[in-house]
Amino acid sequence: MRQDHIISAKQLSRRDIEAVLDRAAEIAADPSAYADRHEGSLLGLLFFEPSTRTKMSFSAAMKRLGGDIVDMGTVESSSVKKGESLADTVRVVEGYADALVLRHPSEGAAQMASEFVDAPLINAGDGAGQHPTQTLLDLYTIRENAGFDDLSIGIMGDLKYGRTVHSLAHALTVFDARQHFVSPESLQLPRSVRYDLHESGAEVREHTDLDDVLSELDVLYVTRIQKERFPDESEYHEVAGEYQIDAATIREHNEDLTVMHPLPRVDEIDHDVDELDGAQYFQQAHNGVPVRMALLDMVLEESR
Amino acid sequence: MSDDPELRVSKIRNGTVIDHISGGQALNVLAIIGIDGTSGEEVSVAMNIPSDRLGKKDIVKVEGRELSQNEVDVLSLIAPAATINIVREFDVAEKHRVERPGRVEGVLECPNRNCITTESEPVDSAFEVLDDGVRCEYCDTIIREDIAAHILVS
Ligand SMILES: [Zn+2]
Repeated sequence: MRQDHIISAKQLSRRDIEAVLDRAAEIAADPSAYADRHEGSLLGLLFFEPSTRTKMSFSAAMKRLGGDIVDMGTVESSSVKKGESLADTVRVVEGYADALVLRHPSEGAAQMASEFVDAPLINAGDGAGQHPTQTLLDLYTIRENAGFDDLSIGIMGDLKYGRTVHSLAHALTVFDARQHFVSPESLQLPRSVRYDLHESGAEVREHTDLDDVLSELDVLYVTRIQKERFPDESEYHEVAGEYQIDAATIREHNEDLTVMHPLPRVDEIDHDVDELDGAQYFQQAHNGVPVRMALLDMVLEESR
Repeated sequence: MSDDPELRVSKIRNGTVIDHISGGQALNVLAIIGIDGTSGEEVSVAMNIPSDRLGKKDIVKVEGRELSQNEVDVLSLIAPAATINIVREFDVAEKHRVERPGRVEGVLECPNRNCITTESEPVDSAFEVLDDGVRCEYCDTIIREDIAAHILVS
């Protein structure tokens, strides 16, 4: 893989993605073989908005490779509060670490920051934009459970604002996947994502009713519909209720369904689904560690 | 009055004639080159003139002004068929067709208020030119309609 920075899943070819997933599978099968692989290396964490879990997952990944982390801490305690630009911050922190992880509330922040540093920079989420490591761990989970050959996947919930959805949908276009998008009309895919899917020639269908496709899916990827997206609460409850799933529905229509969710969930997946074999959302979150280990291993190797 | 559209607007001595502008876009072209009439330039505009090539076309003539490359790039987005004639001493000294660039840098403002290029960072906006619009290289926002409204005011 010849990538200095990991900004967007869009930059990754099928071969790049498979290389990361293969490495992650090797790591998951024998983590001890990687335990001191990056001893002495430091990963700089720049989280400009709170995302405790993504940060923990990156920290765990770096430490399980034998390396360590240096953490900028919260924005309140850093120079950013004094009005320092992001471009300046990353140029300073680059001197403290061998690779950087950036989470920022503005779209395009990682792209811009990467233009100012030589150390590999990994985007851990930029506003409503990209979150490539989430996409890679989603793909890993799909591959482990259903494989990519002749895959039929449903993606349900907030498709308009959900960045994990946009990134995943784009990444799936390089595989042989049929994508079904299930959402209320007001939360359908935005224009830029439709444009990409259309350009890639992906096989895509849109639905407002999960029943139309549930029985033919291998994987259902559920996302949360946020209250803030609706002008009033009653409308939210009316709409959100339509995009929930429970164990009885799965047993009745599609027993073999793999169910995924980027978490945290609220009530879009009923707790009774947790007992089913296909409930993979916790495993999906755990997969973030070997996938991030694989990615860190590759970018650190590359930058040597 | 003559039927020759070239003669409907006055001849200029030194300056730029932008011809074959898509019908109705002349005022946007003036906006791109930053002319609103208040600074006293001699400007002639003809709009919705019958044209074999375009159906209807606009023409803009500006005395004492030549266009910069940035201005031509943005012009190409809203008037892809335009021709630019540089006039010196009443004669056409140079004739250019606009060319659609692959990208435009620093001339459009991203409409996404949450885009990093709209914050006080040392970075210029950059847009990839698509067949039917432009797309922010930082946040992926696509502008399709009324590109002229997003021109950066310097
Ligand atoms: Zn933008």
